[in-house]
Amino acid sequence: MASGSAVISPAAIMAPNPIRICFKESKYEFLKALRFPIYFVSTVIVPLMFYVLFGLVMGRQSIGSVTAAAYLIPAYGTFGVMGASLFGTAAGLAGDRGMGWLVVKKASPMPTYAYFLAKLVMSMIFSTIDVLMLLVLGVAFGGVHIAPIAAMKLVLTLICGTVPFYSMGLAIGYFATPTSAPAVINLFYLPMSFCSGLWMPIMFLPHFIQKIALFLPPYHLSQLAFAQVGASMGRSQLLHWESLIGFTLICLGLAWVGHQRDQKLNG
Amino acid sequence: MVTAQIFPIRNERAHEQVAQFESVSKSFGAVHALTDFTFSVRAGQLTALLGPNGAGKTTAIKLLLGLLRPAAGKVSVFGGNPSDTATHMRVGAMLQVGRVPETLRVREHLDLFSSYYPRPLRMAEALAIAGIEDIANRKFGDLSGGQKQRVLFALAICGDPDLLFLDEPTVGLDVEARHLLWQEIRAMLGRGKTVVLTTHYLEEADALADRVAVINKGSIIAEGTPAEIKARTGGKRIRCVTQVSHSLIRAIPGVVEVQSDRDALIIQTTDAEGVLRALFSLDLRISNLEVTSAGLEEAFLALTRNDS
Repeated sequence: MASGSAVISPAAIMAPNPIRICFKESKYEFLKALRFPIYFVSTVIVPLMFYVLFGLVMGRQSIGSVTAAAYLIPAYGTFGVMGASLFGTAAGLAGDRGMGWLVVKKASPMPTYAYFLAKLVMSMIFSTIDVLMLLVLGVAFGGVHIAPIAAMKLVLTLICGTVPFYSMGLAIGYFATPTSAPAVINLFYLPMSFCSGLWMPIMFLPHFIQKIALFLPPYHLSQLAFAQVGASMGRSQLLHWESLIGFTLICLGLAWVGHQRDQKLNG
Repeated sequence: MVTAQIFPIRNERAHEQVAQFESVSKSFGAVHALTDFTFSVRAGQLTALLGPNGAGKTTAIKLLLGLLRPAAGKVSVFGGNPSDTATHMRVGAMLQVGRVPETLRVREHLDLFSSYYPRPLRMAEALAIAGIEDIANRKFGDLSGGQKQRVLFALAICGDPDLLFLDEPTVGLDVEARHLLWQEIRAMLGRGKTVVLTTHYLEEADALADRVAVINKGSIIAEGTPAEIKARTGGKRIRCVTQVSHSLIRAIPGVVEVQSDRDALIIQTTDAEGVLRALFSLDLRISNLEVTSAGLEEAFLALTRNDS
């Protein structure tokens, strides 16, 4: 505090701790979503409700070599991961952009990555809640037997699965308006879930839909997850991972275009 | 005391330039938001950018925040690039925002924004300056319009910035809420901060500013102290019903312009008291008398007339 003209002279500025910023940003992003009933209901309650109805009530029927109760954990897990990542990211970003809040954040010294990291962390936390609850319900009430290692791999696979849908959420969020975002999300979310075999096992779907599914990221994520309960269609895991990575890169590219467009117009 | 060193009296530092526009131009497609804009912000003062909607005020603020880049010319803040994080750490901004995350509490918003800055104010202090101690635990979505603006003000000041940008801070507020916010802005000036404020209320610039720049269509059309600007804008506006003829009124010293408005007359004047005395001596039966400060529209008319 020696300098008399502290306002002008470049003061020795100690940068705040970026880890602390990211932690707080994520914490409040999570709280924000947790207190927003529509988000919580559509991303956590709906997949669980589906599971109780179709997985537990009709759980003794078998799908391929496994029971419905076991089959539907990866299926609704993928569904939940998609919902948590898409709604949190796309609707949040479109709203923050369209209503000026993102500009307020950018005008502050917040590192931009903290904003985006927080949305990813939030998607991952809700995805984890989804998958863990499905597992608990399945094991406790659905008679599902799953080895601890397989269960852990299932959870980790689905948590990784938030990344492609988070990226897709960014792409939608940069091009949708606050009012159109939820509609655009549902336009992708529901048909993609159906065609990927998340609601009805894919072998029961018409042949042409099974072909379309090869181009849909939820199909690839669900196949990776099904492998953990012994219910995948047996395609190479590498193919599924590569498809998801490719899809992620395309979405991030689109988001980057939207980001550049925003910078020019609104700052 | 340390405070005395860091916050000297406003005028002593007025020669120091905190932010500068050097022949800046910025356009969006065919719309020229700013044209050859040269202007500087002086330390410890409140500078008001006054102009109608679409004049380029918000563009100027966004350039100062590094959110937009100039197409031509140079913008600097504290001698550096406005978009640098080091610059942002010394700056606070209250921008026009349509929606703020509504499910977070006031205290939580402040906790988050404070974490961005190297030397933030203590929470209690930020709440006190913005006058929002009583609503700290409320969710943002449950607040009134005036309370929301005060929270946004708190977010702008919580990092204890040296330079504060306020973009139309009182738009849409009722008189009481506006005056409360004015008090808080004055408190920041009292702490030695530099403030740049945009407004389309002449009254607001008059109440707060050390210096006013009137902007229209992306250019500065007048610059000076509020008193200087007002002197150039015809000061007051008198509306009354009278039998006295236009030409006779025009001859009264201090009358800038006379117009008919249905059965009444509107007189622009730099000397309301003198004109009223003259009017009453000419016509004792004057009725429906109103005296108001010249609106910005009149100010523009007067200013553009002076320019041409």
